[in-house]
This record gives sequence, C-alpha cells and structure tokens, in this order.
Amino acid sequence: MNRIKKKNFVNLFNLADLNLKELGLMEIPEKELYKLSIHQISNLLRSKEVSVVEVVRSVLDRIEEIDSLINGYITINKQKSIARAQELDHILADSSVDFKKNLSLLGIPIAIKDNICTQGMKTTCASQILSNFVSPYNATVVRKLLDQGAIIIGKTNLDEFAMGSSTETSHFGCTRNPWNVNHTPGGSSGGSTSIIAADEAVCALGSDTGGSIRQPASFCGVVGLKPTYGRVSRFGLVAFASSLDQIGPIAKDVTDCSLLMKVISGYDPCDSTSVNRPVPDYEEYLINDVKGIKIGIPQEYFEEGLDKEVEEKIRQAISLFQNLGAQIEEVSLPHTEYAIATYYILATAEASSNLARYDGVRYGFREDQFTDLIDMYEKTKQHGFGAEVKRRIMLGTYSLSSGYYDAYYLKAQKVRTLIKQDFEEAFQKFDVLLTPTAPIPAFKIGEKINDPLQMYLLDIYTLSANLAGIPALSIPCGFSHEGLPIGLQLLAGHFQEEKVLRVAYTFEQNTEYHKKLPKLP
Amino acid sequence: MKITTKEVEYVAKLARLKLTEQEKELFTQQLDSILDYMGKLSELDTEKVPPTFHVLPLKNVMREDEVKDSHLQKEMMSNAPERDDNFFSVPKIID
Amino acid sequence: MNYETVIGLEIHAQVLTISKIFCNCSTGFGAVPNSQTCPVCLGYPGVLPVLNRKVVEFAVKAALVINCRINKECRFARKNYFYPDLPKAYQISQYEAPLAEHGFIEIFTNEHEKRIGITRLHMEEDAGKLVHAEGYVSSNKSYVDFNRTGVPLIEIVSEPDLGSPQEARDYLQKLRNILQYLEVCDGNMEEGSLRCDANVSIRPAGSQNLGTKTELKNLNSFRFIQKALEYEVQRQSALIEAGGEVVQETRLWDPEQNKTVSMRSKEEAHDYRYFPDPDLVPLAIDPEWVETIRSTLPELPEAKITRFVQQYQIPRYDAEVLSVTRSLADYYEECAALFPKPKIVSNWMMGEILRELKNRNIDITECPLNPKALAGLLKMMDQGIISSKIAKCVFDEMFTTGKSAEQIVQQKGLTQISNEEELEEIIDRVLAENPVVIEEVKKGKNKALGFLVGQVMKLTSGKANPALVNKILKKKL
Repeated sequence: MNRIKKKNFVNLFNLADLNLKELGLMEIPEKELYKLSIHQISNLLRSKEVSVVEVVRSVLDRIEEIDSLINGYITINKQKSIARAQELDHILADSSVDFKKNLSLLGIPIAIKDNICTQGMKTTCASQILSNFVSPYNATVVRKLLDQGAIIIGKTNLDEFAMGSSTETSHFGCTRNPWNVNHTPGGSSGGSTSIIAADEAVCALGSDTGGSIRQPASFCGVVGLKPTYGRVSRFGLVAFASSLDQIGPIAKDVTDCSLLMKVISGYDPCDSTSVNRPVPDYEEYLINDVKGIKIGIPQEYFEEGLDKEVEEKIRQAISLFQNLGAQIEEVSLPHTEYAIATYYILATAEASSNLARYDGVRYGFREDQFTDLIDMYEKTKQHGFGAEVKRRIMLGTYSLSSGYYDAYYLKAQKVRTLIKQDFEEAFQKFDVLLTPTAPIPAFKIGEKINDPLQMYLLDIYTLSANLAGIPALSIPCGFSHEGLPIGLQLLAGHFQEEKVLRVAYTFEQNTEYHKKLPKLP
Repeated sequence: MKITTKEVEYVAKLARLKLTEQEKELFTQQLDSILDYMGKLSELDTEKVPPTFHVLPLKNVMREDEVKDSHLQKEMMSNAPERDDNFFSVPKIID
Repeated sequence: MNYETVIGLEIHAQVLTISKIFCNCSTGFGAVPNSQTCPVCLGYPGVLPVLNRKVVEFAVKAALVINCRINKECRFARKNYFYPDLPKAYQISQYEAPLAEHGFIEIFTNEHEKRIGITRLHMEEDAGKLVHAEGYVSSNKSYVDFNRTGVPLIEIVSEPDLGSPQEARDYLQKLRNILQYLEVCDGNMEEGSLRCDANVSIRPAGSQNLGTKTELKNLNSFRFIQKALEYEVQRQSALIEAGGEVVQETRLWDPEQNKTVSMRSKEEAHDYRYFPDPDLVPLAIDPEWVETIRSTLPELPEAKITRFVQQYQIPRYDAEVLSVTRSLADYYEECAALFPKPKIVSNWMMGEILRELKNRNIDITECPLNPKALAGLLKMMDQGIISSKIAKCVFDEMFTTGKSAEQIVQQKGLTQISNEEELEEIIDRVLAENPVVIEEVKKGKNKALGFLVGQVMKLTSGKANPALVNKILKKKL
C-alpha cells in the first residue's frame, strides 16, 4: 500500500487495505486500479467495490499508455484477458466460493516472462528462433496461477533465452528502465521487473539462473525472489541451465511475493528435480520483527568493484536491522571469487545442450534457403540465434568437448561443491545473509553490451545462490544520486524462504523505499 | 592463447553454428579472454572434492508405466516448418 | 599368416514396457506415424523427462541374469549429436555410471562351453525413424516418424571375447533367448526390438595386441550377422595380406550386395560431449530392491532343462526342446500335471503339437488345444477308451474344431469295443471266413495272426480293443 503519490488519491490508497465500503468512502476511480498490489485488489474485489473487468481494463489501459516507452511486453493478451475477467466476475458473484481456500489470485492480472510456456499464446524466449512459437501446453506454474483465478495479461521481454544481464539481447528490442529510460532494467527478467515498476501489471513471474530475477528487481526497485532449487516446478520453463534455473515471483511488495510463492511452489510429478515437501503458508511469516535473528554479512561481497553509493545504502540497511534488534556479524564465504568462472562454465555447458534442439525440424524458425540438411541446421541457427546466445553455446560446447571436460566442466562442478559448503557453514551460524544484490545501480543501455566479460562480472553477488541452490530475495533499499534504485539481497539455507520473507517484510515495514514511484508520463 | 581460430571453427562445427569470418575473429578474441578468466579455477586443489551435479540429495524419482495419450499430435504437427502427411520432412539425408 | 578373429557385440534390446522411458506415450509397434508423441518425446521447449520405473526393473532383471554387478548408484547422461530423428539433439543414455557392469554368459559352440564377458548394461532412449522410401516421397526429402523416439532400450556390451562369427551368432542367440525368457524383450529383430552392432578386428594368431577394429551396423537378422562378420573378417585379412591397413571406421552391411560398405558420411565429429543429465536425479538401487526384483525372476532354460530331466524322467533332448520358450515349457508342465505320464505328454508335444504349430505357423500361446484338452485326449487313450490310432484322428479334429476329445469321441461313436461277447461274435465271423490263415497261425506264423487282428479292426472301424482281440484269438486258436 501507499505506493500512490498523486495528491487526489493519496488518502484513498492509504486505506486500500481496509474495507472501504464499511468506511463509507467514495468510489474507486477505475483508472488507477493498476497501481495497487495483489492484496489490495483482492480486498476490493471481495468486498465487491470493483469488478475484475475494471481491474483488467485499468491494467490494459496502463500498458497501452506506457509500454511503447518501456517495451516490457512481447505479447499482450488483451482480448482473452477481458473475456476471462468477465467469467471471473461471475464466479466472484457466487457466494458459495470460499476465496480463502481457493482462487487466492482471483482477478489478479499477472505478467509472465516469455520463457515460460503458455498454451495458445506465443512463447518466444525473445529469440528469432521461437518468434512464432505457440506452446501446446502450459507450464506447471501457469496452470497453478490459472487454477487460482489469475489472469495472464501478457508475456514479458527478456534477454534472448534469459542469457544476459540487461534485457538488451532480446530479438524484440531492449526494455527500458522506468526510473530512467536511457538505462537498462537489468536482466534477464528486465521485462517483468520494468512492467511492475511502471505498474503495467499487478505482479509477474521471472526466472533466475544466475540472478535474472534479483538483479533486475534491484535495478527497477521492486521485490524479486529466487526460490530454493526444486521448490518451484521447472516444467514449462524453457531451459537455459537446468541445474540452476528456477522460476520466482516479482512483485510490488513482500506480501505479494509471499502470496505468489504459496501458489507456485510445490512438488510436480512432471519435474524430477522438484521436491516433495509441504509448502508453508508464507503469509504467516510476514512478521515485523527481527529481534534475535542472526544476520551474516559476507565480507567478500564488500570488496573491490562495489559502488560507493551502493555500499553506503547497504550499510544503512545493516544499521537499521541492528537497531531493530537483529544480531549482525561478519562472515566469510572464501570461494566467492570463483563463483563467476564456475557459473559461466556450468551454465553455458548446460545451455549448449539445452539449446541444441532448435534445429528447424519440429517447430520454430527454419531458414528457407539451404543446400542440404547440415546447411539447414547451420543457417537456421545462424539466423535464429543472436550473438550472446551463440557466444554461450560456443563456450559451453568447448568446455564439454573432448579433452576439455575435466579441466572445465568437471572442475567447475567440484568448485561448486566448495561454494555450496561455504554457505552450509555460514547457515550453521546465521539465519540469513545480507549482501548487495548488484555492485552498481542500473547502467546505461549500450554501455556494456560489447564487453561480455565485464557484463558477466556484474553477476558476482547473485550467482552463488544458484550454484548452491539456496533462496535469495532482492528488496529496494535506497536510491543513487541519479535516482536509480538500489537493492539489497537476503539469502537463507535450502527451503528457508520464510526467513528471507520475514526479514524482508520487517525491512519494508520500517522503510519508505518501496513507496517511491518512477516519474512516468 | 587459450583458444585458436581453428578451435573456434571446430567448436562451431560441433554446435552446428555457422560463423562469419568476422564472428570467428570476434569469438576467438572474446572466448580467449573469458577462458583466461576461467583459468582462475586451476588455483584450487579439488582432487578430493566430489562434484555437485545436483544441489539437492534427491534420488530415485520415477513414475509408473502407464500410457496416456497427449492428444496434442495434430497441434504439434501444425507447428512443423515442413511436413508431409503424418511426417515431419527434412532435406534428404544421404547415408 | 594365421589370423584370429576378435569380435565384441553391442546389443540394443527394447524392453517391454507399455509406455516410453521418459514420457507416457505408447510404445506400440506399427502405429500411424507420429501418433505416439507428446511434447516430451518431441523435445518441445520447457519439457522434462521422468523415468519409467518398469524400465529400471527390467534392466535389473536382465543384469542379474547375465551375472552383472549392479552399481549402487547410477546416473543418466546426455549424448549430444545432431540428427533429425533425435529431437532434443541429445540422447539420454548412461555413460560414466551405468546400471550394471562386469557380467558374463556361457555359450556352447561346437560342443565347447565358453564364457563371454559382459562389460556393461545400461538404459537409454531410442531415436525416431527416418523414412526415405521411394514412391511416397519426393526425391529430395527424408521423412521423420518420432513414434519410436523415447522407446526404452537396454544396451548390453560384450567384451571382445568372441572368436568367430559362429560364436558371435551363438552369443546373440543365447542372449536373445534369455531376454525373451525374462519377458524383458520380445527379441523381434525384424521390428527392430533387438538390434546388434559388432566391433571386429583380426590379429596374428597368439598375439596379445588388438588389431584396428571396424564397427559394423545394420545387422538386423541372425543370417546377416554371420554373413557380415564372415565377410568383414575376410576383407580385413585380405587387406592385411596385401600389405594394407585396416581403417577404424563404421561400416554398414548391405544385404543386396552381400558386403560391408564404409559409412564415411557419419564419421565426422565423434565428440558426443557426454555430461550428467541435470534433469534426472541419480538412481540408487539398494540391495533390498535388487532382491525384490530377483524374487520375480523366472526359471531360466538351463535350470529348467535339468529339472525336467529329474522331475519328469524324460530324456535331456526332450527337456531341451520343451524349454525353448517359456510358454512351451509352461504348457508341458500344465499338461503333465493333469496327465501324469510325462514321457507320453512329451512325445505328443514334440510330435503332434509342434508339427501342427509349424504347419500353421503359429505359436504355442495360439494353440487351439489347451493343456487340459490334450490331457483329456491322452487320458482317454490311456484308459483304453480309444486306441492310439483313433487318438491321432481325434487330435487332428480337436486342432481344427477346438472341440474336446470327449465330445468328438462321443459324437462320432469312436469308443473302443472292449466287450468280450461282442468281440467274440466278430472274431468268429473272421475265423469262419479265413480257414487257410488259421492253418498258417497254427504253424506258428505270427504274421498270420496279425492279419486276423487286422481283419477284426477293419470290421470294427478300428474301435476294437487290440489287446483284447489278441487275447480272444489266442484262446480260440
């Protein structure tokens, strides 16, 4: 709540969590519904103050108004969303439905990163090679969202096949950061984080292989969570690096993040790597209290390369937690410096195998001029994939090839063990670890695109969580002098999402950063 | 040098990627600096360290032997860039 | 120079699950092209494999019977290569940690027993099928049918222990028989449910070093295997004799030209970039599970033959014939239980039953006479209700009509005449008509007695009880 600064609505939205009808307040102006969070909209829907159609139209109007500037969406699901909203309004009118148990996301417009399969709607991965691809099935997370009454409002932009940290490698053009449209939104889930920052959807899903939810969340000033590996089904997530990929929520606040987590988590018989373990009611852990909670500060995350302003904001956050009664202590994760090399060997190796299937035989793009089969393969890939994807396929193919497997791939899997052990030791002592999400705020479009290694180095703080499979969340913790958001990252042990959410919630309740909005037309 | 243009060509062939001369040159240079950076890992003695192929200790995930028709055959066939009847078609393969 | 042959076989056997190894599509043979497919086996974006438990159980069964050590933990790996019949551009197989290793089986060639080592047994998925058939097709295209993609296979790799094409054939025959017995694979080489590749090399007799090998593919019948191996051994020795060198390559058996031909087009880039498949978790086969599977193992041919000889007191030859397939042996045992004169059952099965099955080109499981019906027939014969001659006619009728012996005998009035008075009357008639023969009999000519018996049988349409006829005749003469 309290995200709205426009004078004429400020009182109204301060009270949006309360039952407005009971309070006898004036009607909600339909035009501004898009600014609300899941829990705010749910309350309004259930008290019958607004209809689902009104919510959906409000969001669609906002997209129409602003997305030509942001370019956060690849596909907007306009007609079907309105039709579904009408159906959902009928269900809403049925008093026999228990909305606490079922349909927890009834009428909530959600945007889905375009590497997550949606039946009957394009799933492009921001690549030429899948530019017209329509999935015949829904990803498990999409099915779960639909089962709970959510509305898939559209598919969001990303770096091609989620390979990138700036959403610049998309076949459909780069997405712009709502806080400054000359800057990137980060990546690869930059479409999902931008549209949440610009209020073009109520919430979104992203995917995170090395920071692809958290880094753009920090660049765009929103909340993003990468769950424990195996917490959320990967079935229907177009694979980039199978042992690292995880789908997670991107939201306007921590409460929404926990609501989404509850819906998308859980064992899926279609994903052998998903874990059969009960899903907690994450909302119960939204407790504004960190007294006695042990927070570790990994010293390696504050070394060379960390922007002074970012460090300052993170230190302020640490002080705040200290004042709120948390126990703060430094900790060492000695293998941190090896994380980038380890990650880029493993992620590209897996990617080189995962992306081999795009060969123009069964679906997707096929080059139409060719001499023979091999020529067809080569030209299809040459024109179907962008430069960064090709670079990573090359790197991954190299490290798996005969004579290099032991030195690169196997070596990296061993170092991964050491990185994982660092965290296991740290979590024996600490409930959560606190770090910057990214070493710098959002950089300018075009600034780093020609130096892949420099771009990879920006992932330094996020990719260890993927290598270790642990949950990690980014939450806004301040702004640079240029007015660009800065994010702080919280990490916990396997399946300890509750701890991360509780600490993040406490931070949110005691700060105002999430209430600030980008200046947009 | 960590990687030569010749190796780049070999890897591209393995991956069925056709590269322009320009790309070959650029990739050789970029992959060289990336691989050089990755050489960092050799600082670590990992002889006694087991690899982590999976971050969670999951084992024996299996399903029962049951037939379920996907009913998606037609839809999937319509996604094919080229098809004849019930077949997917490709340029002739000479064995 | 004298050369010795060194052969190792790689066998791919389709295991008899009803669904594919990593998805729920049917494995049925001969369906409409691409009708048994889903996003998983077509390698759609975002899909994930889930292992079929039954495949593991079948693989463990086979591994136990070929005396392999089951690894405590095994993994699946991706074998990366491009081909239009391989949707994901990688095959899910096993590489560094296969299901089982270090086994052996015994074969008999030219009366000698020989132990053939088995390197490993692993599980993997099959690829699809490419169709280049003329007629249907435009000449510049190939067609892909993915029904077979993802069908479960076990691969069994032998040590290079096979010393001749005949041994290779015997080994394959033995292995096939075992897999069929286990009901793990139907062994049908025509439909491709059992396939065989061979590594062949030759070396000077007595040498310890292996020569350069060639890999032979497309050996899809026992005949081809032997012919292809013989050809290849011949080719290699001729090559070496002429001062040439064997090139390590893959060669294809061309049954029309009766020779092996080089497959140079597939030679490039043999770099499969194996790595553990991150989408599938390791498989830990604990001893309890192995024991549970072991307890379901059927009796194997060797054990069965020994038992048959002991239990039923039949010749080893009979036991071998009856143990050729599990269903034939089961038929025999069922029948022998209902009619406990095992040698008679064996005679009838090896004679009448197998002959008729062969004539009609059908399997024992399709036999119109079930074991109970056969036992019924044999009982009637044994009790003297019908003669053995009549029994054979009844059998033929049973086979064509499916009726029981009792039914046929009753309907046709074939019951044996064992009534002495009735027989005496007939015998008297025969004696009256053959005074000359009587004299002969009295002179001690047994042949003449046989003639009289024959006359009695003729008059009774074969229904007279031959023993009784003999007895009465002797008394009267």
